[in-house]
Amino acid sequence: MTTAIEVQGLNKYFGSYHALRNIDFHVESGERVVICGPSGSGKSTLIRCLNQLERHDAGEIRVSGILLGDNVRNLDAIRREAGMVFQHFNLFPHLTVLENCALPQILSRKTPRPEAENCARQYLDRVRILDQAEKFPGQLSGGQQQRVAIARALCMEPRIMLFDEPTSALDPEMIHEVLDTMVELAEGGMTMLVVTHEMGFARQVADRVVYMEAGEIVEIAPPDRFFDAPADERSQRFLSKLVRN
Amino acid sequence: MQSTVMTSPHLRRKSPLVLRIAKAFFGDLLGACLTLLSVGILLALVPAFKWAFIDAHWYVATPQGCFSGGACWAFIGSKLRLILFGLYPPEEQWRAALVVGVILIMVLLTAWPRLWGARLLALWAVGIALMLVLMAGGIAGLPPVPTSKWGGLPVTLLLATLSLGMAFPFAVILALARRGSLPIARAIAIFLIEIVRGLPLVGLLFVAAILLPLFLPADWTIDKLGRTLAALTIFAAAYLAEVVRGGLQGLPSGQIEAAQALGIPYWKTVWHIVLPQAIQKVIPPLTNTAIVMVKNTSLVLIVGVFDMLSAARSAATDPAWPAPSKEAYLFVAAIYLVICYGISLYSRHLEAGINARNRS
Ligand SMILES: Nc1ncnc2c1ncn2[C@@H]1O[C@H](COP(=O)(O)OP(=O)(O)OP(=O)(O)O)[C@@H](O)[C@H]1O
Ligand SMILES: [Mg+2]
Repeated sequence: MTTAIEVQGLNKYFGSYHALRNIDFHVESGERVVICGPSGSGKSTLIRCLNQLERHDAGEIRVSGILLGDNVRNLDAIRREAGMVFQHFNLFPHLTVLENCALPQILSRKTPRPEAENCARQYLDRVRILDQAEKFPGQLSGGQQQRVAIARALCMEPRIMLFDEPTSALDPEMIHEVLDTMVELAEGGMTMLVVTHEMGFARQVADRVVYMEAGEIVEIAPPDRFFDAPADERSQRFLSKLVRN
Repeated sequence: MQSTVMTSPHLRRKSPLVLRIAKAFFGDLLGACLTLLSVGILLALVPAFKWAFIDAHWYVATPQGCFSGGACWAFIGSKLRLILFGLYPPEEQWRAALVVGVILIMVLLTAWPRLWGARLLALWAVGIALMLVLMAGGIAGLPPVPTSKWGGLPVTLLLATLSLGMAFPFAVILALARRGSLPIARAIAIFLIEIVRGLPLVGLLFVAAILLPLFLPADWTIDKLGRTLAALTIFAAAYLAEVVRGGLQGLPSGQIEAAQALGIPYWKTVWHIVLPQAIQKVIPPLTNTAIVMVKNTSLVLIVGVFDMLSAARSAATDPAWPAPSKEAYLFVAAIYLVICYGISLYSRHLEAGINARNRS
């Protein structure tokens, strides 16, 4: 296995606030890693550093072996390697579902339109929402929108998918449809890094769970061990709260 | 007595119409006052109506036929050429009329959202070149017509569409700079916008049309119409920039982040993701600015550019006719009203479309 994501000594500040402290971790190609931790612990910041939606202050980030630095060419390459799914979907509301999936390919890869639309249809079909292709995002339910967002990211044919709490803005009855899509994606062999508190999902697909608190990685363990017998006392406290809720 | 009428369902059903009318017009004190006021205004309008329609002269053999009071619409008919085309040579007038037609067609095409894109911009470039060739002549066997002879409706329409159209890209750049993270660009944008917004348009026109040539070397002769257009463009750009900025402000940061995460380059993100959404949010103030700019073009008469209003004014000075300035101004006002109301209707149509797609 090759390494899909490699992070060494990553540090990130917001002004004087130390948001990420000496983060070391890696994701192997084909691996599924779940990140969890309390609110404000830096999960989003970490995942956003990987495709440079946030700039990091120190440390090395490699995605598919490409070193992230000031080189803009590398940045574009990395953004093509890693697709991202956001908590609030961030679909383009003025474009139809089909156009949401086709236009990014045309704009960032210069794919010819017919090819881009074909690809869009194919992935919309895969997330079972092809029948809504001509609608606008505002006319879909949250779960449907998130599946479109997944299809949109997949259209760029990424090797890695980053998910930042993809189900936490959804009504409970829609969570499973998005999780099912993600499980299918995992079964297809996609490398995935997922910030989520869905324990069932983590147990089912994760190879490892990363637990973060206060900008630090506290514990990395396979899901069974993490959920049933967490080693660190901070993870234990977090899990006991999660179960109680 | 009244309360039994009001409360008895049987009676209410029996005389509903009279009661309902009475209630609608005299339901309470305020309603009664407004009704009386409206009736008063309508009565006051009777003489105007009589002047404009009943006593009006629609056709007269000679200007003398108009001397018996009442509106002289025959004057408009006889001076139509002058009001619509100014001093443009009559035998070449078809060219000016064609330009009006081309502008109307281009505006109608532009109003169709499906055509929006790079090709429409190219079409505008071709259209503008075509209109300038038609107006100015000098090639393709068309006799040259200097801009000092241009006038009337084509000048008004050209100034309005070209100043708004050319102002728009500047406005977008100014708005982006003002919202951006580069401190120098932001400072420059704020400076330019505030300076221009702080100047009255009349002042800007004076500077462009009269003062500028005094300071420029004598062989730098930029046409007066061109300088006027530049002043209108600068003025419109400052106002449009603030409108566009309002639209940018409402845009969730997630939109740009999503575009970045998908690897879409910056300017393509601006053009395809940011601007369409920002503009959709500010259609009412955008419409407002467009309407104000259309009417602002009439101020160019102060620096001696012969737009439709100047043309109407000079037509009305013909001593052969009995003081027809009211008719001339009303006619021009009607044309402005049609244009501005058209813009307004169109913006409502656009908004309805946007609202429909945001709901299921
Ligand atoms: N742009 C920013 N400017 C300043 N501080 C920020 C910024 N983004 C995040 N932070 C701070 O960094 C810390 C980590 O934020 P982050 O969003 O990564 O947390 P999180 O673990 O994703 O939390 P949540 O579960 O609520 O999403 C928080 O304390 C937050 O207030
Ligand atoms: Mg977060």
